[in-house]
Amino acid sequence: MGYLARQLAGRTDPALDAGWEEPPSRKGFFTDTSICIGCKACEVACKEWNALPMDGSLDLTGNSYDNTGDLGASTWRHVAFVEQSKDRIEAARESGQRLVDLGMPTVGSPSQAPGVAGSASAKPLSKDGEDLRNPYQNSGGGTPAGYGTLPAPPEHGGPSLGDMLTEKEAVDNGADPLSAGGGLGTTVDGTPMVGPLPEFRWLMASDVCKHCTHAGCLDVCPTGALFRSEHGTVVVQADICNGCGYCVGACPFGVIERRSDDAVSVRGDGHVPDVGVAQKCTLCYDRLSHDQTPACAQTCPTTSIQFGAREDMVTAAQDRVAQLHEQGFTEARLYGANDDDGVGGTGSVFLLLDEPEVYGLPPDPVCATFKLPEMFRVAGWAGTGLLAAAAAAFLGGRR
Amino acid sequence: MTTSPFDSYRPPEEGGRRRRRSGVRGAVTGAVSDAARGVAKGGRGAARGGTNWLKRDGGGRREAPAVPDAEFSSYYGRAVIKPVPWDYKIPAYLFVGGIAAGSGLIASGAAATGRELLRRNSRLTAMTGVALSGAFLVADLGRPERFLNMMRTVKLTSPMSVGTWILSGYAAFAGVTTASEVARLLPLPERGVVGVLTRALDVVDAPASVGQAFFAPPLAAYTAVLLSDTVTPVWFESRRQLPFVFVGSAALASAGVQMVLTPTEQTGPARRFALLGVVADLVAMHRLEEHLTRQDLDEPLRTGDGGAKLRLAKALTIAGGLGTLAAGRSRVVAVASGLALAGASALTRFGLVDAGMVSAKDPKYTVGPQKRRLEERRAAGTVHDSIVTVR
Repeated sequence: MGYLARQLAGRTDPALDAGWEEPPSRKGFFTDTSICIGCKACEVACKEWNALPMDGSLDLTGNSYDNTGDLGASTWRHVAFVEQSKDRIEAARESGQRLVDLGMPTVGSPSQAPGVAGSASAKPLSKDGEDLRNPYQNSGGGTPAGYGTLPAPPEHGGPSLGDMLTEKEAVDNGADPLSAGGGLGTTVDGTPMVGPLPEFRWLMASDVCKHCTHAGCLDVCPTGALFRSEHGTVVVQADICNGCGYCVGACPFGVIERRSDDAVSVRGDGHVPDVGVAQKCTLCYDRLSHDQTPACAQTCPTTSIQFGAREDMVTAAQDRVAQLHEQGFTEARLYGANDDDGVGGTGSVFLLLDEPEVYGLPPDPVCATFKLPEMFRVAGWAGTGLLAAAAAAFLGGRR
Repeated sequence: MTTSPFDSYRPPEEGGRRRRRSGVRGAVTGAVSDAARGVAKGGRGAARGGTNWLKRDGGGRREAPAVPDAEFSSYYGRAVIKPVPWDYKIPAYLFVGGIAAGSGLIASGAAATGRELLRRNSRLTAMTGVALSGAFLVADLGRPERFLNMMRTVKLTSPMSVGTWILSGYAAFAGVTTASEVARLLPLPERGVVGVLTRALDVVDAPASVGQAFFAPPLAAYTAVLLSDTVTPVWFESRRQLPFVFVGSAALASAGVQMVLTPTEQTGPARRFALLGVVADLVAMHRLEEHLTRQDLDEPLRTGDGGAKLRLAKALTIAGGLGTLAAGRSRVVAVASGLALAGASALTRFGLVDAGMVSAKDPKYTVGPQKRRLEERRAAGTVHDSIVTVR
C-alpha cells in the first residue's frame, strides 16, 4: 500500500507516516475496566500533573457517582459509573457470547482462524478450539460461571491461569464443577468462582483520548496545532491552535473540546490558561519524553490503567480477555484493539464488560476523513455543475 | 432510625424498601428489559395511560421519571460525540460565502457579455460577500488573533485549510476586479501614478475576471465538504447530496441579490441562473431528505428549529422560483422574488446547521445508525473491521 493510500484509512504506523525517522515504539494505554474500583485517582492525577482548571462551576451531574460527565477540554481522564441490574448483566454476557459465536477476530491476524492466532498464553486454550468458544460446554450444560463476588484478578494478583486450566481439565474429566476446590478456580477471597448472578453491579471505566491511528482531529486541524508525536500519539500545541473548533466535530469519540471561559480556575489568581483553545489528553507527552509513565497510569492503584508499548498493551488485553472468558465472564470484550476498524485501531485499548455505548463510547466509530476523497469528488461535480449552469444562463440568449 | 420530631408526619411504611426496578437510571443505562418489566407490571405503563405525573411510578413517593424510556443503551443519555462549537456566524458565513461565489460567476458572465450594470453590481456584491465571510470566519474562531496560523500550512486532509486558501484566492481576484470597478466609478486623473494604475487595472481586468470565475465554484462547494467531514451524523451522512444543495443555494441567492440590485433589462441571465439554482436546490434537498430517512436521521431535519427553517426555506424557494418566472416584466416582482430567494438560501444554511447540531447532541443519532450498520455488516458475515473484538 502506498504512502498516500495509508493516510486516510487502514493499518499503518502513524509515527512513520508523520515523518519521524526511527521512532520509538508506539505507546498506548490498556484500561482494564474489570478491575477498576472507580477511585478517580487517575482523574485527579491528570488534573494535578497537567494543571487543568476545574470544569465549569461545581455542578453535579447527579448520575451515579459520576460528577464529571464526560471527557472535555479540562477533563482528560474520566471515570464512568454505570449502574446495572441483573437483567442487564445477563444481556451483557449474552452479547459477549454472541460476539464469540460470530467469530470476531483475534487481534493482529484476522486472516487466521480465531483461536489459532493470538498470544502465547492463549495457546493452551486453542489446542481445543471448541473449548475456547465455550469453555463450559462440558460442565453441566452451560452452568453460569463467574460472579462469586469479584472478577478474578489478573495473573499476578490471584489464582494463575495455569491452575485454573488444571482445574478445568479436572472438570472436563468428570469432576463436579460446583464442588469447592474442584470448580473453576476461586476469587481473590477464596470463594468458588461458580455462583449466582448478582442483583446489581457497577461498571467503572476510566475513559481517555484514544490516540487513534487515523485521528479525525489531527486530519482536519487547519493550522498544524495538532501533531503526531514520535510515540504515535496525538498532541495539541496550545500556542498554535486558533480555536476554530473543527477538531471537536471531527472526533468520533467526543474527546477533544475547546476550553470555554466558564471554566473556574483552581488557581488563586483567577487565571484560566488556554481559554478558546482545543485541549485533550497528550498521553503525558512531557513525561514520555523523559521515560516516565503517564500520571494516570502511575497513580492507578489496581493496575486497571496500564501503560507501555502499544503491542504489549494489545497482548496484555488479549491475555486478560481470554482469562476472563475462561472464567465465564463472556461479557468481557476488547475495544480499540483492532487495526482494521474505522479509525485504524486506537492507541488506548479498553477491556469492557458490556456494549461500548453503555459506557458512552460509539459502537462503530469512523474517522470522517476516510470518506474525504469521495466528498471532494462530489463537491467537484457540484462545482462543475455550478459553472455549467452559469455558462448556460449567460449563453442562453441575449435577453 | 432517626428520632426527628418530623418523623411523626411520615406515613407508615408498607413492607420493606425495594430498589426501584424501572426508572430513569435503568432506562438510560440500557436496562430496556427493566423498563419493559415496569410497563408489564402496570407501573409506568399505567402511568402513561393517562394519569398525571403525580401518580407516576409509585403514587408520588418515588421520584417520577425525568426522561422518557430510551430505546437504546447510552451513558445516562449523554452525547457520545461533541457538537462543533460554532454559533450563528458559521451558517452566516456559509450564506454570504455562497452569495460571493455566485456573484463572482454572474460578474464574469456579465463582463463577458457586456452587461455593465450587472457586472458592476455583482462585482461589488462579490467583494462585499467575501469580505463579510472572512470577517465571520475570523470572528468565529476562539482566538481571532491567531487567524494567521491558518496561513502557516496547506493541508489537503483539512477542508478548512483548503477552504481558507480557496477563499484567499477568490478574494485576491475579487479584489482586482473590484478595484477595477471602483476605478471606473471614480473620477480619477488619467496621468501620473494613478493613471498608470488605472491602465494596468484595465489590462488585468479580464484575467482577474476569469480567475474569479475559476475560484467561485470551489468556494460555493467546499463548505459542504467542511460540514460533511465531521462525525456530526446529519452532515456526515448527507455528504453525497450536500454539495449540490449548497451550489444550488449559492446560485439562487446570488441571482436573487442581483434581481434586487439590477434593473430587469440586464438580469435575464441572473433569472435563468436563479431558476437552475432553484431546481438544483429542490432536487438535491429532496434527495438529501430521502437519504437521511433511509438512515433514520431525518428527524432533526423535520422537527425543531432546524425543521421549521428548512420548511420555510423550501416555501420561499418555490415562491421565489415562481416569482422569477414572472420577474422579467416587473421590477417589483423581481425584487420580491430576489429577496425570497436570498432568504431561502439563508434559511437553508441555518436549518442544516441547526439539524446537524441537534443530531450531534442526542446520542440516539450517533449510536442508532452506527449499531445498525454494524449489525448489517455482521449479518453479511463481515466481522474483521469492528472496533469491538473478543480475545
